[in-house]
Amino acid sequence: MKKDFNLKDFLINNGVIVVMIILVLYTGFTSNNFFTVKNFLNIAANMSYRLVIALGIAGCVITGGCDLSGGRMVGFAACISGTLLQNLDYSQKFFPGVEPLNPFLVILIVMVICGLFGAITGAFVAYLHVPPFIATLGMMDIIYGLGLIYTGATPLGGFTRAYTTFSTGKFLGISYLIWIAIIVMAITWFIFNMTRHGKYMYAIGGNAQAAEVAGVPVNKTLVIIYAKASAYFALAGFMLGAKAGGSSVNTGLSYEMEGIAACALGGVSVTGGRGKVSSALIGVAVLELLKAALQYLGVDQNAQYIAIGIVILIAITLDIRKYVQKK
Amino acid sequence: MAEYKLELKGVSKSFPGVKALDNVQLSLRPGSVLALMGENGAGKSTLMKCLFGIYHMDAGEIYIDGEKVEIKDPDDAMEKGIAMVHQELQPVPARSIAENMYLGRFPVHKYGPLQVIDHKTMNEETKRWLAQLGLDFDPTALLGTLSIGQMQCVEIAKAVSHNAKVIIFDEPTSSLSDKEVEFLFKIMNQLRDEGVAMIYISHKMDEIKRIADDVQIMRDGQYIGTWPAKELSIDEIITKMVGREMTQIYPEHHHEIGDVILDCEDICSIHSRSFQHVSFHVKKGEIVGFGGLVGAQRTELMEGIFGIRNLSSGTIKVNGQQVTIKQPKDAMKAGLGMITEDRRGTGIVGCLSIKDNVGITIYNKHLKAGFVLDHPTINKIVDDSIQQLSIKTPSMQTHISTLSGGNQQKVIVARWLANDPDILIMDEPTRGIDIGAKHEIYEIMENLAQQGKAIIMISSEMPELIGMSDRIYVMSEGKLTGEITDRNDMTQEKIMSYAAQY
Repeated sequence: MKKDFNLKDFLINNGVIVVMIILVLYTGFTSNNFFTVKNFLNIAANMSYRLVIALGIAGCVITGGCDLSGGRMVGFAACISGTLLQNLDYSQKFFPGVEPLNPFLVILIVMVICGLFGAITGAFVAYLHVPPFIATLGMMDIIYGLGLIYTGATPLGGFTRAYTTFSTGKFLGISYLIWIAIIVMAITWFIFNMTRHGKYMYAIGGNAQAAEVAGVPVNKTLVIIYAKASAYFALAGFMLGAKAGGSSVNTGLSYEMEGIAACALGGVSVTGGRGKVSSALIGVAVLELLKAALQYLGVDQNAQYIAIGIVILIAITLDIRKYVQKK
Repeated sequence: MAEYKLELKGVSKSFPGVKALDNVQLSLRPGSVLALMGENGAGKSTLMKCLFGIYHMDAGEIYIDGEKVEIKDPDDAMEKGIAMVHQELQPVPARSIAENMYLGRFPVHKYGPLQVIDHKTMNEETKRWLAQLGLDFDPTALLGTLSIGQMQCVEIAKAVSHNAKVIIFDEPTSSLSDKEVEFLFKIMNQLRDEGVAMIYISHKMDEIKRIADDVQIMRDGQYIGTWPAKELSIDEIITKMVGREMTQIYPEHHHEIGDVILDCEDICSIHSRSFQHVSFHVKKGEIVGFGGLVGAQRTELMEGIFGIRNLSSGTIKVNGQQVTIKQPKDAMKAGLGMITEDRRGTGIVGCLSIKDNVGITIYNKHLKAGFVLDHPTINKIVDDSIQQLSIKTPSMQTHISTLSGGNQQKVIVARWLANDPDILIMDEPTRGIDIGAKHEIYEIMENLAQQGKAIIMISSEMPELIGMSDRIYVMSEGKLTGEITDRNDMTQEKIMSYAAQY
């Protein structure tokens, strides 16, 4: 086998990243203030909760599934977090007279609640063989309805300082949001590579039947994966609430789509079995850098969607070429 | 007019690690049936797939009516008058017979730019083509409601309607009843009279003698020769196919047989047509063969014992202790391992590395602090098994899908050895792998038996069954019909007489 460097292959295999780097360099040299620490920290903060969502979805995608309930889970968790973390003197307080809770306790609460709903979705996928696309679609509507009933469809505000500090506070000059994303990334890397759960996940995505025959607890693993994904969405909802300083049931709407797109962009195989933590990171980074660069270049906000759509199509087309079997 | 309807010259095709075809030729006279024969892995199917455009050959030429042609894909092959009838080729069972016949070339009414499918013509034409072969199916019936034999007849009708001059039959009779085989042969004779040339792949010797005009034999991806069918006896065909003395392939038996380790009694499937009331036992250090025809439910029986399929009754005892097996995990706990028949479907995880393919059974055994994978230990186990089984690979991180069939099979063997089972079920352990790898698998089996492990081997290859087994059980239509305990008694005739009992 020859291992000669082939520029054409290299460009095809890394097309997205190459185009991204060119775009970033171009934007940096043609507009002011793009190459600033502040701008990149800003982009990183925008990436933080999106990465958490993408990492949750990555688990589902690697098993050959998806999770459409992600965005609504984010909104639901943001609302629950909001109602539990409002200032006592806020005029429209959801639970008047109730002391705001410790934010870390709230993180735990929303992750457990959403995780339970995710486990239900997972049970439908695993034990009742409902296709993930449909099971999570159903859960998406259920969660939306629960969120509407819970909040009475009113937006929430007046968050405590302790809560908003998660977005405004800094450690070593870097926002807590970014630190959270880094920690989640490390934990996810550990789960994917250093635990049997991770290995089972890849095996199920590669060939579920073979995994079953080899003694892998396929159903249990799937339930954990969907529960874990929803717990991630809940954390992302908490983060997004802190960043926005307010929340409603529509917080995080359609973020699951961005998450799926990011996974696919970064190289998580949508047919299952392949994908790394770095894939999700690259995917999210590409999307956010693209958005920021287009904004700096003065591209119309609405036209940006078209550009993002085109990038997704081209990137996936290039990526798929790697795996299409040559006959 | 050229002497041959179809000629292949100098066809070569390699897969990673395996030369599947090496300078193979084929000549097909019009209005004749050419039987293509060879052991599993001889390259018959690969050659046909090259001809039909499913694979692209590395080298070689195709001539139709003496003219050189290129075949890009199956569509192209059909256009050039080549059709393939394959038992697994059931296009769309959920649509009607007529729609399947005309898939991709529906007759239409044209209303300007609008094209509307002409169901009437389609159904009538289908009925006419079917009638020509003496078939009387309702063209609007769903394809899926037909038996496999009937579906094959529809496939043949489709080929004929395409005006195919060359039809390839890839093991068409392996799941047909005798009556259906008779009917197929009637149709083939009719086609022959009409001048259609046919290539017929089958392992059934009696069929070859009945239907074939010529016999071409292949071995290990090479062309051995072509002879008129009349001039070859069945024994001569077998000798040419195997190409060596059988005793060379199988290792000598040096293992000692101990006490009974697995005792299964009155095992019944939940499906009445599957295995029923099967009792058997296996001893330590014993290789027990399970013979029978395709459809004898041997695979189903073993999958039932291993917890992949459901049992309605029966007791399984391991070392005298009754065990309950509801899923493969339970079977593994009881000391069983199973290498399944369908390597691609239920064996390998194609997109993962060798390490992950081996490790999948032991990831829950080697943990630090109860949840962190102990990679160094796992690496050592995988590395050792690569050495031990001489798996040809650059490293354990190599994707399993890049290995040859034989090496993939060895990885699956390694997977189960890593789990250290006392009883290993091997379902068609050498199917589709080349002769060298086969020999290595046999050596591994002999080694395991010497270590005192019990091996159950399902095999449809008689020589393998006879060459490897200490004892043979034979099944027919879900029932155990015979047991051969004396190695001197193991003959093809005896096994066949048990296998064809129902």
